[in-house]
Amino acid sequence: MNAQQVLAQFAATGVQTCFHDRHIEPQIYAGLNGSNWQLKDYEARGGYQALRKVLGLDGAEALTQDQVIATVKESGLRGRGGAGFPTGLKWSFMPRQFPGQKYLVCNSDEGEPGTCKDRDILMYNPHIVIEGMIIAAYAMGITVGYNYIHGEIFSAYDRFEAALEEARAAGYLGNAILGSSFSFQLHAAHGFGAYICGEETALLESLEGKKGQPRFKPPFPASFGLYGKPTTINNTETFAAVPWIIRNGGAAYLACGKPNNGGTKIYSVSGDVEKPGNYEVPMGTPFAKLLELAGGVRKGRQLKAVIPGGSSSPVLPADIMMACTMDYDSIAKAGSMLGSGAVIVMDDSRCMVKALQRLSYFYMHESCGQCTPCREGTGWLSRVVDRIEGGQGRAADMDLLDNVAESIMGRTICALGDAAAMPVRAMIKHFRHEFEHHVAHKTCMVATAAEQASE
Amino acid sequence: MISESTKARFAREVAKYPADQKQSAVMACLAIVQQEQGFVSTDAEREVAAYLGMAPMAVHEVTTFYNMYSQHECGKYKLNVCTNLPCQLRDGQTALHYLEKKLGVRMGETTADGLFTLQQSECLGACADSPVMLVNDRAMCSFMSEEKLDQLVDGLRSASSGGTR
Repeated sequence: MNAQQVLAQFAATGVQTCFHDRHIEPQIYAGLNGSNWQLKDYEARGGYQALRKVLGLDGAEALTQDQVIATVKESGLRGRGGAGFPTGLKWSFMPRQFPGQKYLVCNSDEGEPGTCKDRDILMYNPHIVIEGMIIAAYAMGITVGYNYIHGEIFSAYDRFEAALEEARAAGYLGNAILGSSFSFQLHAAHGFGAYICGEETALLESLEGKKGQPRFKPPFPASFGLYGKPTTINNTETFAAVPWIIRNGGAAYLACGKPNNGGTKIYSVSGDVEKPGNYEVPMGTPFAKLLELAGGVRKGRQLKAVIPGGSSSPVLPADIMMACTMDYDSIAKAGSMLGSGAVIVMDDSRCMVKALQRLSYFYMHESCGQCTPCREGTGWLSRVVDRIEGGQGRAADMDLLDNVAESIMGRTICALGDAAAMPVRAMIKHFRHEFEHHVAHKTCMVATAAEQASE
Repeated sequence: MISESTKARFAREVAKYPADQKQSAVMACLAIVQQEQGFVSTDAEREVAAYLGMAPMAVHEVTTFYNMYSQHECGKYKLNVCTNLPCQLRDGQTALHYLEKKLGVRMGETTADGLFTLQQSECLGACADSPVMLVNDRAMCSFMSEEKLDQLVDGLRSASSGGTR
């Protein structure tokens, strides 16, 4: 075997994470098997029908830009990248009569620890993203778009490029799409290892060929985006939801979820569960049901804590989490965020100090260095958690952590500062006793033997 | 020197962007350089800068800002093991330590035979596949149990001794 053949043996197949039967009424992942990602397969699943409907090629009148945006508004679709901002509303912010170039950008820089849903969309159903982007471009009168893909998932970038070639050859992309008067050029770009580029203005900087350091907002991308031109940026999963909405209507999409939280959502469940993977379920599905789909807590252990929306979202103890449903409003009410939908599950063998130690190191490592509170504060947090974990903690350290975290929040250009601070504050709030035990006894409260046994 | 075939790859990237925004292709061009040469040297940065009409320092800023660009020569196979929290919960760190022992190096180091460079990495975006590792920036390897790590390292060793890459 040559080296490529050796490595190919270990490539993900998607069987465990995506092609299982444990989704509930899936829309984006429906009918996928790993080999049916190509254009003809997507068309066989009803692909590009939504685009034909929009362009008036299905026998009915073409939809106006306003009709498309109104449908997306009605659907209750909210941004799947983390902020949960209403998509239709975002689209309506784009200046319609702008005289120059406008841009559409897809944020596939999926780097929020715990999140791996967009990778499976791009690998196994890339055309659904392309179709969603074409429809979005039509609605906002945009003629050029980019999909910025996480550099670490290079095979997804290659796959998306291949899908773009197919779409161009079939007339879905390019000039005069399907013989209509609408033109849209779409290209793929990639990152190369910078968490911060998931932040939309850092992503734009990167797309311009610079360091990914976030910009001040305002001005927002809708008025000053890529190359200073009006730009709309949505997450991969957000675009992927659009074709279904156009085909079935906004009301039908909203009805899949719950009020103000329309549609299905893909949750990446990782950590201490029997079957880690991506699960597409209706918004508002009880957390307990999601946990059950993922095979329950590993080895029959007890659930201890869950980080419900990617590593930046505040951790929640088991009892609070078990009472939640998986949607923006329920998780926010419980004191956390649905974020990107990355559910990190931890069982009763886990030391929260050790968990926070790894996260705090991450934020220190990924701070772009632009704002002093974040650059200095993330390092400070990391060093203090480090010394607590190492048995060198001081009695005042928990208050110090809370104070440093509070001093970062709201004082930085982008949300990375908050993202570093929130896990710290939530850990101290819910698991302060574990930190105090570490300081007082210089050892972990959770039996070391139990932890080793589970590893 | 950048070969004609490399320039053709560069041109394909540049064509994606407006004519006055060639700089946008710098990320892709540097990744191409790294794929072909194993790392991004200062000389290569200068050549990319000249090709894209950028200041060499602007290219260097990009190389140094993004984690995946290597500024120094690495082993033939660069192994990046994710140890972020979701992976830590599923043996990511165990996998890294196992490789340290197996290869006889610490993370960040290269084996004496120049075959392997072992690195800890941040989230690779494949959390449900943990333990995961990225080989030479492009090949994601999933569910890397100790048995599979053995298979991978041994497989790459014998592939290299056969002279194929």
